[in-house]
Amino acid sequence: MRPSTTRLLNILVPVKRAVDYAVKIRVNPQQTGVDLNVKHSMNPFDEIAIEEAVRIRERLPKGSEPVTITALTIGPPKSVETLRTALAMGADAAFHIELPETAPAPEPLGVAKAVQAIIEKQLNSVDMVILGKQSIDDDLGQTGQMLAGLLDWGQATYASKVDLDLEQKNAVITREIDGGLEQVCVKFPLIVTTDLRLNEPRYASLPNIMKAKKKAVTKLTPADLGVSFKPQMEVIKVTEPPKRVGGTKVESVDELVEKLKAAGFTAVS
Amino acid sequence: MLRTISSRISRRFYTTSRYETYHGGAIKTYYNPTLTGLSPSENEFREAVWEFSARVVKPKVDEIERGGSYSALMELHKEIAGMGLHGLTVPAKNLGLELGYTHHLLAMEALSYSSASLALSYGAHSNLCVNQLSRWGSEAQKSEWLPGLLDGRYLGALAMSESGAGSDVLGCMKTVAKKVDGGYLLNGNKFWITNGPKADVFIVYAKDVVEHGAKQTYTTFLVPRITPGFTTGKPLDKFGMRGSPTCELIFTDVFLPPSSILGDSQHHGAKVLMSGLDLERLVLSGGPLGIMQAAYDTALEYVHQREQFGVRVGTIGSMQAKIADMYTKLNTARAFVYSVARAVDYHTQEAAPGYPVFQRRDCAAAILYATDKAIEVALECMQCLGGNGYINEYPAARYLADARLYAVGAGTQEVRRWLIGREVNSDFE
Repeated sequence: MRPSTTRLLNILVPVKRAVDYAVKIRVNPQQTGVDLNVKHSMNPFDEIAIEEAVRIRERLPKGSEPVTITALTIGPPKSVETLRTALAMGADAAFHIELPETAPAPEPLGVAKAVQAIIEKQLNSVDMVILGKQSIDDDLGQTGQMLAGLLDWGQATYASKVDLDLEQKNAVITREIDGGLEQVCVKFPLIVTTDLRLNEPRYASLPNIMKAKKKAVTKLTPADLGVSFKPQMEVIKVTEPPKRVGGTKVESVDELVEKLKAAGFTAVS
Repeated sequence: MLRTISSRISRRFYTTSRYETYHGGAIKTYYNPTLTGLSPSENEFREAVWEFSARVVKPKVDEIERGGSYSALMELHKEIAGMGLHGLTVPAKNLGLELGYTHHLLAMEALSYSSASLALSYGAHSNLCVNQLSRWGSEAQKSEWLPGLLDGRYLGALAMSESGAGSDVLGCMKTVAKKVDGGYLLNGNKFWITNGPKADVFIVYAKDVVEHGAKQTYTTFLVPRITPGFTTGKPLDKFGMRGSPTCELIFTDVFLPPSSILGDSQHHGAKVLMSGLDLERLVLSGGPLGIMQAAYDTALEYVHQREQFGVRVGTIGSMQAKIADMYTKLNTARAFVYSVARAVDYHTQEAAPGYPVFQRRDCAAAILYATDKAIEVALECMQCLGGNGYINEYPAARYLADARLYAVGAGTQEVRRWLIGREVNSDFE
């Protein structure tokens, strides 16, 4: 490796292979989940995360510190497709923590511990971890926050704008919150989770897809990292939402109040 | 009563394998990938181009169809360049992706699914122009034109037909190249030229001036739009493919230096022209395949949404028969075309001595069959949509009008049949 005086900016982006957002999902006959024999692709919020990392690299003026983007996924052998997409979009290298085909889906705490292990054992230094705010299959939205807690790093979740200051070694991030937008300043190293309006991800061009085939993917097992993905939660039942029934029209406010009372709604003062 | 009981039972025991696949959020298709025989890397390629077609082309379909200044088409031409699709069959040393005709066919099909007009212009640019230049151009010609053609700066076109020279393009050609001091003078007209109104460079076939009684020869030229004496007519008002610009080309004493001759020397224009036609037929077969899949998907979704007599019309016997025929035609046409593409790639890349020479009859058969079936399926799609098939807000009319082009574009069905017959008969000579 060439010695260099300027430090690299290292960004880690964990990505997840989930059911494609356009698929019309159906509950499986056992009522334990949805039919998974459908198209899968990268979690859309994770695509936004990879895109943001690539844009951070493109936004830096020419001649500034090189940026290394590492992608990471946890899942069965098929998950490597998701890494190939990340590499084709602009990631430089990738890690695949391979689970057996029959293993249960990893949970946020397990994922956060695995990402922590990768950061501490496998990577030289990480300045920033960008994650999707939630995955569209379980909608749990916990991994980024748990990771920040485990690493004791600052975090900015639901990011809709990210501006880095490499001199000051911090980032000013605009967050989408219920009341509107909030700006926070977080010191390096930090965790960012992406919200929908952060950017629009690029589609991978064929030349980049072909280049991605030559980029390195390192395979690891949970044992290599000393982590376990033993589930902490058990899904008891999954059902479709109840079918909408037709409403009724009322003639007056009094009738409305009567109907509400009959349905069990009481006034709250 | 019986029908509702049986549908309730079947819903409880439904199988989990379904053919519907999604691309880029904008396409939901019933393309059957189990019948294609594609390798894993070809499938990856196919998914990438379908994703591109869904995300980039499909949202612009209405704009493309409006034609006008063809600005939507020209923007997409650049996006397609960024995706790497213009130089699929061009060697890597000329900045292409050095893939096979199977890949070019797959790209053509994916684009045609979203917009047949865009795909036609793409096919004319990337196969008729770019591929011919790549195969026959000198190093100087390739380094002057290929980079711009591949990165989307230039649009290419190819001109052989004339208003009086269609199927008998060589026998009836009147565009003449006369040898003069320092070069050639080109005079004549070309007709039905795809991309004519917007292209920057044209591959033009012309008749040579020969002595009385001598054999007629032809020469192929690379003619930039800005050459003095070269003008284009206004865009033709067409029945279908309305998003693809087509026009007449007019050459009035256009002077061309010898460096603009394509091919190792002059007078070999016929060889250049004919060899290109086979590959053109193969790649353009993706056009009808894409239209057919779109027509099938549209019809299928519609007949399972529309209810009459208390049931989805798709469950009525006569409609089931239509779906069955459409499904079968679509998949047989595709299986055949993909097989021909595989054979052509094998021949080009790996054929051992003794392997039969490149089969012209198969390329002609591929587009002959795909075109016939595409028109049938598009017609049936319009019927499946009932009255709505007749309204231009629905895509059925466009599928039919676009499919119909392939019966005369890139050759007529009659010429394809004649060629196959001639090739087969020559085995007996």
